[in-house]
Amino acid sequence: MIEVRFHGRGGQGSVIASGILAEAAFREGKSIQSFPYFGVERRGAPVTAFTRIDDKYIRIRHYIYKPDCIVVLEPSLVEATNIVDGLKKEGLILINSDWDPDAFSFKKNFKIATVNASDIATRLGLGSKTAPIVNTAILGAFAKFTNIVTLDSVLAAIKERVPMKREENIAAAKEAYEKVKF
Amino acid sequence: MKIVITGNHTVSYGAKLSRAEVIAAYPITPQTEVVEKLSSMVADGQLKAKFIKVESEHSAMAACIGASAVGARSFTATSSQGLALMHEMLHWAANARLPVVMANVNRAMGPPWNVWSDQTDSLAQRDTGWLQFYCENNQEVLDTIIQAYKVCERVKLPGMVMLEAFILSHTSEPVEIPPQELVDRYLPAYNPEYKLDIKTPHTFGGLTGPGLYYELRYKIQSAMDEALDVIEDQDREFKKLFGRGYGLIEEYRTKGADRLLIVSGSISSTAKEAIDILRERGEKIGLIRIRVFRPFPKKHIKNAVKNVKRIGVIDRNISFGSEGIFYQEVKSALCNEKDSPAVYGYIAGLGGRDVIIDDFIKIADDIKETKSKQDIRWIGLKG
Repeated sequence: MIEVRFHGRGGQGSVIASGILAEAAFREGKSIQSFPYFGVERRGAPVTAFTRIDDKYIRIRHYIYKPDCIVVLEPSLVEATNIVDGLKKEGLILINSDWDPDAFSFKKNFKIATVNASDIATRLGLGSKTAPIVNTAILGAFAKFTNIVTLDSVLAAIKERVPMKREENIAAAKEAYEKVKF
Repeated sequence: MKIVITGNHTVSYGAKLSRAEVIAAYPITPQTEVVEKLSSMVADGQLKAKFIKVESEHSAMAACIGASAVGARSFTATSSQGLALMHEMLHWAANARLPVVMANVNRAMGPPWNVWSDQTDSLAQRDTGWLQFYCENNQEVLDTIIQAYKVCERVKLPGMVMLEAFILSHTSEPVEIPPQELVDRYLPAYNPEYKLDIKTPHTFGGLTGPGLYYELRYKIQSAMDEALDVIEDQDREFKKLFGRGYGLIEEYRTKGADRLLIVSGSISSTAKEAIDILRERGEKIGLIRIRVFRPFPKKHIKNAVKNVKRIGVIDRNISFGSEGIFYQEVKSALCNEKDSPAVYGYIAGLGGRDVIIDDFIKIADDIKETKSKQDIRWIGLKG
């Protein structure tokens, strides 16, 4: 089983991202489960969401405490919270950041990738300049970095799940797929 | 067709496939997206039903009662405080023998305000005469709503389908949405023997003295007894058509077990993982999941625990001053049995506290030894 944890702020689309990833894996014939950190969500507050992917039916119904992979939609959370909490040894971290992966201090224990998803989303008019919606861009990068799902599945899931600006969201995922650094 | 949806939307599909004709709901917290989705289904013509937005949950149930009394299949959904506000009307629906079906997202009662998972809300309604089903996953939620209409309309009693807050209600997973034609084949249109009709005016629930009231109560109890068989029959018929069945209780790896955990709702799913781990260690342990709480399947539980020495019942609910409510019922089902097993009670997960695999393993270890039967144990209690 692969367990993924998303960190973002309310309004960036972290919960939707966990759902799109689940939908993408489901399209590849996998069993899936996705859910938000159960709470009362507010714009700007830290948000956590989870996706489980497995070949067999998923019975576990508690939070993910030891993820295989962490996706950070909001760079400021790297400083503000212990985002690597519980991450497995050799675990994967994908961060929305204009830094190089080597710039992060926890590099030695984990595999890190970065992509400037905020820039991609802003240029494509997703969200606003101060609050870009980066979820579809980050999932394009996720496909390239992790190989857990293909880009095609991510794009199909975006088509299914994203009600507005479908073309722009698809373009964002494709561009991030090309630009992710690891 | 299999689609990825939340438990909330699964409920909406269940009501739609059951061709609910009247949906009455109060749309404010603790309400969920169940009725939001249903209202959009009605608005865009996918579901031909009257959607009545009312001013409280009490009125929502009153509207469902009125609709059901004139022969319309009616539906509502609620949670915690909303369910509590319906209390008077819950008695009314059952005592008037109206097969209203509702979904209750199990949420903790406030204060303090808490919208997380806890079964005390629905279990506090156990004596109102409603059938109660507790689901383990979203597929079962969908299937149970369809089954509930079939069973309730047969036995002329209302039914409540429970799914736990967030763990099912806000979790997305694949759910098989059966074709409408197949559901229609299983669940024919509601056509009650008695209904309010202006052409032949009569009334329901008028004054009835001690000379008859007593017998009317006996009939409800008989209908509940009958429901045990009807639920099983209809579950078998459902399985023939849809390939899925659930039973009154589910037995998991009980063969050769001398210890059992008894659970309900979504934590059963995680508990099965724990049972697998323990079985791999060579421990003779199994699990019973109680799916139907009203009517309570005493006979089935008695049969399932033969040869078992110790049982741990895990409750995500509590009757203050007494103990966990499933624990009470299990003990009561077994108390007159010869050589009945020792039964221990555990409280876990109130107000959405996460219940993890290790919790079940600890309980399984704890019931290995004989102890005072009086005390209930609280799992993961701080300080």
